[in-house]
Amino acid sequence: MADEQNVGIEEPEPHQIIAPGYTFSSITDQIASVVQTKRTPIFWFLGFGGGLALLGIFAIAATLLFALGPGIWGIRTPVMWGFAITNFVWWIGIGHAGTLISAILLLLNQRWRNSINRFAEAMTLFAVACAGMFPILHLGRPWLAFWLFPYPNTMGIEPNFRSPLVWDVFAVSTYATISAVFWFVGLIPDLATLRDRAGNKIARVIYGLLAMGWRNSARHWSVYETASLLLAGLATPLVLSVHTVVSFDFTIAILPGWHSTFFPPYFVAGAIYSGFAMVLVLAIPLRSVYGLEGLITDKHLDNCGKVMLGTGLIVAYAYVMEAFTGWYSGNIYDAAAQWHRMTGPYASSFWSLVACNIVLPQMLWFKKVRNSPFMLFIASIIVLVGMWLERFVIIVSSLAQDFVPSSWGLFHATRWDWGIFVGTIGLFLTLFFLFIRGLPMISIFEVRTLLPHAKVAKEVAE
Amino acid sequence: MSEVRTHGHGMAEIPPAYGLLAEFENPNALVKAARAARAEGYRKLDAYAPFPIEELTDALHLHHNKLPLLVLLGGLTGGLLGYLLQYYVTVFQYPINVAGRPLHSWPQYFVITFECTILLAGLTTVLGLLGLCGLPMPYHPVFNIERFASASRDRFFLCIESKDPLFDRQKTARFLEGLDAKEVSEVAP
Repeated sequence: MADEQNVGIEEPEPHQIIAPGYTFSSITDQIASVVQTKRTPIFWFLGFGGGLALLGIFAIAATLLFALGPGIWGIRTPVMWGFAITNFVWWIGIGHAGTLISAILLLLNQRWRNSINRFAEAMTLFAVACAGMFPILHLGRPWLAFWLFPYPNTMGIEPNFRSPLVWDVFAVSTYATISAVFWFVGLIPDLATLRDRAGNKIARVIYGLLAMGWRNSARHWSVYETASLLLAGLATPLVLSVHTVVSFDFTIAILPGWHSTFFPPYFVAGAIYSGFAMVLVLAIPLRSVYGLEGLITDKHLDNCGKVMLGTGLIVAYAYVMEAFTGWYSGNIYDAAAQWHRMTGPYASSFWSLVACNIVLPQMLWFKKVRNSPFMLFIASIIVLVGMWLERFVIIVSSLAQDFVPSSWGLFHATRWDWGIFVGTIGLFLTLFFLFIRGLPMISIFEVRTLLPHAKVAKEVAE
Repeated sequence: MSEVRTHGHGMAEIPPAYGLLAEFENPNALVKAARAARAEGYRKLDAYAPFPIEELTDALHLHHNKLPLLVLLGGLTGGLLGYLLQYYVTVFQYPINVAGRPLHSWPQYFVITFECTILLAGLTTVLGLLGLCGLPMPYHPVFNIERFASASRDRFFLCIESKDPLFDRQKTARFLEGLDAKEVSEVAP
């Protein structure tokens, strides 16, 4: 669809983060034309339709949950957390890669992030939306979710600020808010571009309202650059704190298999691991359908693959240390918890997660694999499955077999457990496809700065 | 004589312009022009570019803004409110004695204090950005120039505003044309 605009754009070299031959206007046209076109590719309808169908499953499962209560899930004493919290941790972890790309890589001056930060941030936002629903759906009486917040009430009771579950409420809601405003601030200049480019009046008014009168003034840009850096500086500790607090949900309990000090870094690494996998799962089909290989080059995929490899190794180290500490602690409960994981009723999940998260991703060591979008896509799917299993095993196997064998019990997922989980994938896809249809999925103004002629010559600058 | 007449009638007939807008084709030309305009003594001027240009910020002496200070204040307020909220609730409003542990259990307050700091600092950043830029702004004269739409695409503009004491329609226009401007147009207010 963007063929007519690709005149003069060459194949990017393997090390390039933008194909040679782009100009300011061809970048603008190529990215904006994904949104400002009358022709929507069939891929979009398939993706959006698929998402909507799964969202329908979510609607059914959630309605049933509201009507009948969480008993429709497989959660029974002692495994009361089951799928809901597994999905919560999995989704919020996926979101973290978006913030890592938009904030941490900005502070580290990694310019390749410019072409992938926009949709990665959108991914964050939608993943947090999916994540945020699980603790609420899991409440039993979800309509009373506002009780989680401190507010003056006639019951005279307040949340317990010493509980990590309340910390989580603050961490996740702050994370959702900051991610949303960070994303929106990043969009403002591009909304102005869409406004100035819009052919029809309605689109011009809508983008114009959203752009709020942005006029690319140097005065604005200087404040804008400060604001981006400040938001990045705020989002960086925030993103690390969010998964740390999520891990506190476990570590502050005394349950063997949960009560451990290395959960925070272990969880953060796992979050980034799965998040980059999701970035690749989204980027690889998108760039080929929309012909964006000149902007999201093989170098980007290669870099994401390397980040996955690195964080995957941290996760692998954490697994080894977890088992080692369980044994070395000399605590029979800790040792038993590790032993149950490896040989007990959830052994198949445990060994699958080891295969998915440690063994198979080692293929990312090979340049051939990192240079093949297809192989990277497969590796990313494997990692996403593996990371979901990891959260499942940590949560369910620890709860199922704690201290006293008489209180043990297994978890059996029902169809509604699966329904809600698959349903949030539907919500994610629906939101994501709406996003790529309505807003530029690559940051136009940041990609412009990647061009060689965006640089001001030395003699002029002095 | 003629001078006086222009003063008496001319000004009343021709509405005062917002300023003069010069168009440039690349960032080099814009930065050069901005520097020259500053050197000439113009102060009420603004440049427009489709992406942030560090050198342009230097050329126009725009490096200082109050945003970091505002954000610091926002963050401190957030942290303080977060801490006080927990202190008030756990010590006064809803005290729970857990095995004689102190009600003012400050290490446990850390996470929420931190999150509130980030939350308020982040919101201050966004509101501060909008406030310092004067956004939302439903109308601005530069949009009267049709070609200005390309400022969000591939063109670079320099605008010398008429409220500058040195501004003079002819002289300023001649000055801008001398700076390799592709086109100089008058911006209606």
